[in-house]
Amino acid sequence: MFAAFDNFPALLIWLPLAGGLISFFIKSEKTARSIAIVFSLLTMGVMMTSLFFSTPELFVYNQVSYVWLPNLGSSFGLILDGLTSVLCLLTALVFPMVFLLVPGNRYSNANRFYGLMLLTQCGLMGVFMATDALVFYLFWELALIPVYFLASIWGGEKRIKATFKFFIYTFVGSLFLLIGILYMYLKTSNGSFSLVAFYNVKLTDVEQYWMFLLFFIAFAIKMPLFPLHTWQPEAYEQAPTPVTMVLSAVMVKMGLFGLLRWLLPLFPLAVKQFNTAIIVVIVAGMVYASLVAIYQDNIKRLIAYSSIAHIGLMAAGAFTLKSVALNGAVLQMFSHGINIMALWIVADLIEKQTGVTKISALGGIAKKAPRLTIFLVIAAFANIALPLTNAFVGEFMLFNGLYQFKPWIAAFAGLSIILSAVYTLNMIKNVFYGEVVGSVEGYVDVNKTQAMVLTVITGLILFVGIYPDPFFKMMYETVGLIVNRYVTI
Amino acid sequence: MNAIILSALWGVLMMYTGFATKNTRTVSVVALLGVLAVLVVNWMEYLGVSFFNIDTRGMLAYNGFGLIFNTVVLFSTLVYFLLSGREIEKAGKTPSDLYALIFFILSGISIIAGFKSLLMLFIGIEIISIPLYVLAGSDKSNLKSNEAALKYFLMGSFSTGIMLMGIAFLYGDAGTFYLEGVNAGLGALTPMKAIGMVLLLASMSFKVSAAPFHFWTPDVYDGTPTVFTSFMATIVKAAGFFAFLKLFETAFGKFQADWQVLMAVVATLTLVIGNITAVFQQSVKRMLSYSSIAQAGFMLLGVFAMNIFAKQGMILYFAAYSVATIGIFAVLSKFKDHSIDAFNGFAKKHPLVAFSMLICILSLAGIPLTAGFFAKYYMLLAVIKDGNFIWLAIVAILCAAVSVYYYFRVVQAMYFKEASHEEELEFSPSFRFILLGAAIIILVLGIHPDYLTGLL
Repeated sequence: MFAAFDNFPALLIWLPLAGGLISFFIKSEKTARSIAIVFSLLTMGVMMTSLFFSTPELFVYNQVSYVWLPNLGSSFGLILDGLTSVLCLLTALVFPMVFLLVPGNRYSNANRFYGLMLLTQCGLMGVFMATDALVFYLFWELALIPVYFLASIWGGEKRIKATFKFFIYTFVGSLFLLIGILYMYLKTSNGSFSLVAFYNVKLTDVEQYWMFLLFFIAFAIKMPLFPLHTWQPEAYEQAPTPVTMVLSAVMVKMGLFGLLRWLLPLFPLAVKQFNTAIIVVIVAGMVYASLVAIYQDNIKRLIAYSSIAHIGLMAAGAFTLKSVALNGAVLQMFSHGINIMALWIVADLIEKQTGVTKISALGGIAKKAPRLTIFLVIAAFANIALPLTNAFVGEFMLFNGLYQFKPWIAAFAGLSIILSAVYTLNMIKNVFYGEVVGSVEGYVDVNKTQAMVLTVITGLILFVGIYPDPFFKMMYETVGLIVNRYVTI
Repeated sequence: MNAIILSALWGVLMMYTGFATKNTRTVSVVALLGVLAVLVVNWMEYLGVSFFNIDTRGMLAYNGFGLIFNTVVLFSTLVYFLLSGREIEKAGKTPSDLYALIFFILSGISIIAGFKSLLMLFIGIEIISIPLYVLAGSDKSNLKSNEAALKYFLMGSFSTGIMLMGIAFLYGDAGTFYLEGVNAGLGALTPMKAIGMVLLLASMSFKVSAAPFHFWTPDVYDGTPTVFTSFMATIVKAAGFFAFLKLFETAFGKFQADWQVLMAVVATLTLVIGNITAVFQQSVKRMLSYSSIAQAGFMLLGVFAMNIFAKQGMILYFAAYSVATIGIFAVLSKFKDHSIDAFNGFAKKHPLVAFSMLICILSLAGIPLTAGFFAKYYMLLAVIKDGNFIWLAIVAILCAAVSVYYYFRVVQAMYFKEASHEEELEFSPSFRFILLGAAIIILVLGIHPDYLTGLL
């Protein structure tokens, strides 16, 4: 079994797909939940095992390619290399945690709920591992469709409108991406959609500008970057929390991933041309989002805006093209996914018990639920990127890259860190400390499952914060390839 | 050639079945057998077995492209008969007549599949159109149906007049009706040829309901009994597009640079008008008629680009669009109330039918893993390949995004809203499984379009 490395990428696709399809046909809601948990744990197991083979020398073997549409020049190609391993690991970790946290009786038609969730996982894995542009595009869309149904069926009051806005935004973006991909395809020498063929395409600088624009819009909407972020707070607020977790922890990383795998290596001339302007806009957006977050009275919207600021920092760092910032961005993608999971879990627990999401209507939870408070405080520290938490390592490297790029930009972006401390600590103060208000009276502390998941998350936060080295060892080579594309021009 | 003769003969046979039996079910079964037989003989011709060797003096000639087109159309008709047979039986007093008319239309379509001369084009289009006027008015007691038939007839004959005028100009210039003859001669576009070409472009645009010649479409589609709207909007439209493509490829291929801008304008107008107007419709039936205009805009991109991708894409588009639209219309024709709200909570009551319909709608919207995605993919690829008209591809995708808006309103009604009023609908098991079969075809072509496009 250990000789067959190429099974890993395939298994990561087929396991969630199989689990999802099986769930649809299970009548019993309890069984459906167990199936979802088993399949997501299996996926996680495969992912964990593959990490032992994720050294740069072995990446070559960690790929598969099936014949799919030879006449179109597309083959079903997947790879698990340094960059994708980090993101697939995040995906593989998030889903079992989400499933464990959802109580068995929470959603009607639970079989469909779990089925769609697993299909989303399949789509996400595909996006991260695809080595063929058409496959990438298909998975990019496929990850979206189940999420659309999940959020529209099980979401909040204004779910249909909010989710539809999200869907239309991303759909428009991905259609631009499709045009870009088709243009690149026609420019390849052998009529192929493979990543390698795309890397070898020679474009004039004007062509690069246009292609850059088409790809960038798609990725920027997905992340989302200011000013294309308007779908995000509503969607996060209205989607059911498990979906919001997936959306914010994993799905927005699709945009960042697209940046690293496709945009930066493919259009170096255009990136060099536009990166200063883009970084300035992103940084302005970060500060703007942080300021908006301060004035939010709704926990969910606060987390949503805080996420815009954090994602912006990663995108800005990636555009600096500094090796340190790119490595930091990849690590931070993982860390941000874990941290925001923790914040959503806490927000969801509070909402479920008190029925309130307004910060001003809460208070004193710490007295009632000391264990929950400990977890929250660690997650909040990670959100502010205090040392010894995972986000510190990533954000430090990102700021390092920004500083190397233009010191004044780094200084301005630093504002967002200060602001994030303001809104995060403010939230903790108002919600957890102070007088116990009426709605919190009967608050019960976390149960065993919740405590276990939160412990895992806290463990990951501290582990990555103290010893991030394994991640860098894994990704260093792959990220280096991106930087190398810029050495030759 | 096999298909023309057999479908014409079967049309005559259908008329006599009306005398032979009063059982409408039997009539439907005979019709089903007929279209199956025509499908088989057409496929045999593709494999090289021809039953009739009639000397047409080169006015009709079949190649692989034409025969595959005909196969797709006949197959769609088969799906149509399977899904809508019951509705055809209910549509008029004597379903045998209606079936006969449909077979005559199929005969006309088979002529279109192989025309080599402007005369055959004219005859084919007329054989398609005249029975259609009757079908539009088949609900005799309904005023709207009468209005639709009259409107369609008046507008249709007007456009036929324009077509004849165009053909006359071309004959005057080239001295021949043969398409190759029109294309032959020196490279320059003479004024007479140019006028003939523009007139033909206008009349063909009318037949495929391309803007600005689309005004008849919503009224006619709305007034026609739903079961025949389905036929008009899919199979007949596909035939119109095939004629359009073939005419402009064979007769005016040399002058592509001259008419391409004109075609780009027509395509843009059709896309924009069709999609924007569809957004405001409250009735699913009217929404689908504007959506058929919008989809025509996408198919026009194929006529516009006219390269290998365009041809493969057209065939795939015909299949994807026809099967999906026939499926949706088949469900819709069971409803008395055609408004979008009528679909509220539909998925809870009829999960299987709703799921099949969902696939059809996703396909029309061009979501990946459905045939509709690859159909649009080929059209975009064809336009981008052409080089100078990337803006047209951008317009097309923006319109596709708009189309998601109105298609998904039906999805939202079916899946996310509670049932607002009770209309008891019955779907027989066979209907449900055939519809599911159609959905599966759409999915298979969406995963592996090579099965169809690889034939070319």
